[in-house]
Amino acid sequence: MQLVILLIALGAIATIGFFLARRKLLGAAGRETIRPHSMSGYHGWYVAIWCALPSLIVLLFWLLFEERVLEALLISYLGPEAASLSSEMLGLLLNDIRNLAAGDAVSREVEPGLIAAAERYGGMRDTARAAMLGGGLALAVAGLAWSWRRVAPAFRARHRVEKVVRIALILASCVAVVTTVGIILSVLFESIRFFSIVSVGEFLFGLEWSPQTAIRSDQVGSSGAFGALPLFTGTLLITLIAMVVALPVGLFSAIYMAEFASPRVRNTVKPILEILAGVPTVVYGFFAALTVAPTLRGIGASIGLDVASESALAAGAVMGIMIIPFISSLSDDAIIAVPRSLREGSLAMGATRAETVVKVILPAALPGIVAACLLAISRAIGETMIVVMAAGLAAKLTANPLEAVTTVTAQMVTLLVGDQEFDSAKTLAAFALGLALFLATLALNVLALYIARKYREQYE
Amino acid sequence: MKHKGWQQSESAAKRLKKRYRRERRLKAAGILAIGLALGVLMLLLGSVIARGYPAFMKTEISLEVTFVQKLIDPRSTGEMAHLAKGKYGKVLRRALFEYYPEVTERAERRKLTRLVSKAARFELREMILDHPEWVDTTQRVWLTAASDVDMLTKGSMPRDVPETERRLNDRQVGWIDRLDAAGSLRTIFNFDFFTGSDSREPELAGIGGALAGSFWTLLITLVLAFPLGVAAAVYLQEFAPKNRFTDFVEVNINNLAAVPSIVFGLLGLAIFIQVFELPRSTAIVGGLTLMLMTLPTIIIATRAALAAVPPSIREAAHGIGASPVQVASHHVLPLALPGIMTGTIIGMARALGETAPLLMIGMVAFIVDIPSAPFDSATALPVQIFLWADSPERGFDEKMSAAIIVLLAFLMIMNALAVFLRRRFETSW
Repeated sequence: MQLVILLIALGAIATIGFFLARRKLLGAAGRETIRPHSMSGYHGWYVAIWCALPSLIVLLFWLLFEERVLEALLISYLGPEAASLSSEMLGLLLNDIRNLAAGDAVSREVEPGLIAAAERYGGMRDTARAAMLGGGLALAVAGLAWSWRRVAPAFRARHRVEKVVRIALILASCVAVVTTVGIILSVLFESIRFFSIVSVGEFLFGLEWSPQTAIRSDQVGSSGAFGALPLFTGTLLITLIAMVVALPVGLFSAIYMAEFASPRVRNTVKPILEILAGVPTVVYGFFAALTVAPTLRGIGASIGLDVASESALAAGAVMGIMIIPFISSLSDDAIIAVPRSLREGSLAMGATRAETVVKVILPAALPGIVAACLLAISRAIGETMIVVMAAGLAAKLTANPLEAVTTVTAQMVTLLVGDQEFDSAKTLAAFALGLALFLATLALNVLALYIARKYREQYE
Repeated sequence: MKHKGWQQSESAAKRLKKRYRRERRLKAAGILAIGLALGVLMLLLGSVIARGYPAFMKTEISLEVTFVQKLIDPRSTGEMAHLAKGKYGKVLRRALFEYYPEVTERAERRKLTRLVSKAARFELREMILDHPEWVDTTQRVWLTAASDVDMLTKGSMPRDVPETERRLNDRQVGWIDRLDAAGSLRTIFNFDFFTGSDSREPELAGIGGALAGSFWTLLITLVLAFPLGVAAAVYLQEFAPKNRFTDFVEVNINNLAAVPSIVFGLLGLAIFIQVFELPRSTAIVGGLTLMLMTLPTIIIATRAALAAVPPSIREAAHGIGASPVQVASHHVLPLALPGIMTGTIIGMARALGETAPLLMIGMVAFIVDIPSAPFDSATALPVQIFLWADSPERGFDEKMSAAIIVLLAFLMIMNALAVFLRRRFETSW
């Protein structure tokens, strides 16, 4: 509540500052003989920034640390016996106190000590919020007063404002870097914790995958084996099937579109094919699980083959369909980038168009096509919904496309969907799989970029 | 001889024929490939539409219901609070038993009550709360039918299979046919599908909650990703010096665009939920995660749009004394805006269809309340489709397909808008 008031008040103060500064500058410009350095709007913005920005920065840090400081204060209030509790019990106790203060249900009997602690907590929180509101407003008014005094025709307000704008732009472009760092750190830390439980060798080369860890030690069938090799082979099998479907279809349609199709056909068919790229993966998953898989099973039964209802073939084939537009549009770009002179030279030598395509254009476009394939493979490895819905969950080490296999992404979803504590090996295993996935796709992307750059012919 | 005047040997003519045959084969392969892709697309859309369109209709049963005072308002106070607590289940059962007096056994009577939806009693309550004067009268009212009745009426449940393979036995089918013959069965447009939220009963489940969840999620994504993405692109394209750092940032952005979406889900789980302790399953976390995923798309599209603005514009603006920031904000950005909008819409369309990262951050729960703020527990439209695909009840089948139709319709609209913007405002310099 205080937060909303503060934000609205900051907006109001900044707006007032903007207009005050403009009026002051315009008034001064009318009286004095100096021509103002900056337009009045810049002076307005300068004051507005001084009103809102310091307050917002302080507010951000306040919100980040408020809960932690309150917690520390509460623990020191509860005394040494609370500090000696294990971290989970302490968390539970603090949670109860918080809920009690908020008037929610608590998980234990309400004793006077607890009520006192809750009241204390509520009081501290109210004080903190009031301090936040007061401090934020004071800072904004101080900023207004200080910056408003500086508004004068000779003051270079535009330079100041543009500096802030530039810093903001730089910070925005750093978000991408921060995201990458965030991905690496989050996946890496959890993976390190996982690898302290399960060795790297066992994870990479173990043949047994059954992530159910025992709750009681005497439980049956819950050994908790984390050998991810069956997942890797399953992923590779499905990716292979996908590429077998997508590569010829994508490549041939790209060749036809680039070399044979009339512009009219090209302009109608290309956007329609791109619809395939825009269909959400969950829809492909539905298609694979409810249309393709039963059909394949029926065909298999009619010719005496035993097809699993969650066969790798169904998931792989539909994934291939998903990738077709990816391959075809990237290959199309690569083919079109081959200079006209090569094409015409070949035709002038008497080659047919097919011969030109196969012997001249494809070799010239090969780096681009290979890069497209690598990107497509990376896309297939990381694809989740199709395999979650259409591939199985049983980790089986097999190369038979008619059997059910499971993949890295499907296992990540099964491991993390549902509530479980963050510390179990089961949950951490998902992060280790995520690390493997991230590294594999990263390597493929970098390789694709490298091939496209290194082997691209320069025709100019 | 085909080519008169040429010195062409027999073998050369044969070879030529063979070469042209090969060309025809290549062309045929191309046509076949395109035909295959288009055919699969048609099959995909066709199977979705064929399965889904019945869900836009729902079946209702008409009954003569006597709102017995004793059951609804025994002390005849007429107060809303008492009316709301009436025993409408009993009222409903009485009406059904009166309609089928021949059904007397307990088990059969229980089956009889399953003709109408479990929500029918609440519908009766709503009616009484709307018309308190109906107490102690008999009214003809329309009630939502149970999922099985709905499917039988729409033909989704075949009648010609053996009784044991049907969810309704011959006697139940007979009851339904009697209703139908008496004109007490109708199918109407199912508004509840768009306003209702998820439910355990297929006939009640709707996509309203999922739509609201998707709305909040995408709102967060748009509000954060658009300014951040445009700002980053403007810096990289217009201001950044060419040095190691900016190279590094560029490589980063290109790589992020190709990172699997599920990895962004892991990031959201580890950073937003574990480190920042934001509430699980909420639109705010979903929006933040999708924002990080969409950002590279928007940055790349914006950079392309900025690069397409010719340098003469910049030079002219510089020439009349504009500062670099003014050149970018007053001249280059407005001209690049259509391209930026197109890229943003395409990025948002991708975010709308994204499922995997939302599964990671727990937006995959069974949520009955329609979220009204970003901090409420929510689910999103594609996740709802996934949830229904997992449900064992046959009745969810058409709901799921209908939800897919709605999702695809939204995506079509967004993409059409992007194409329209591109066509309408495209400038060739």
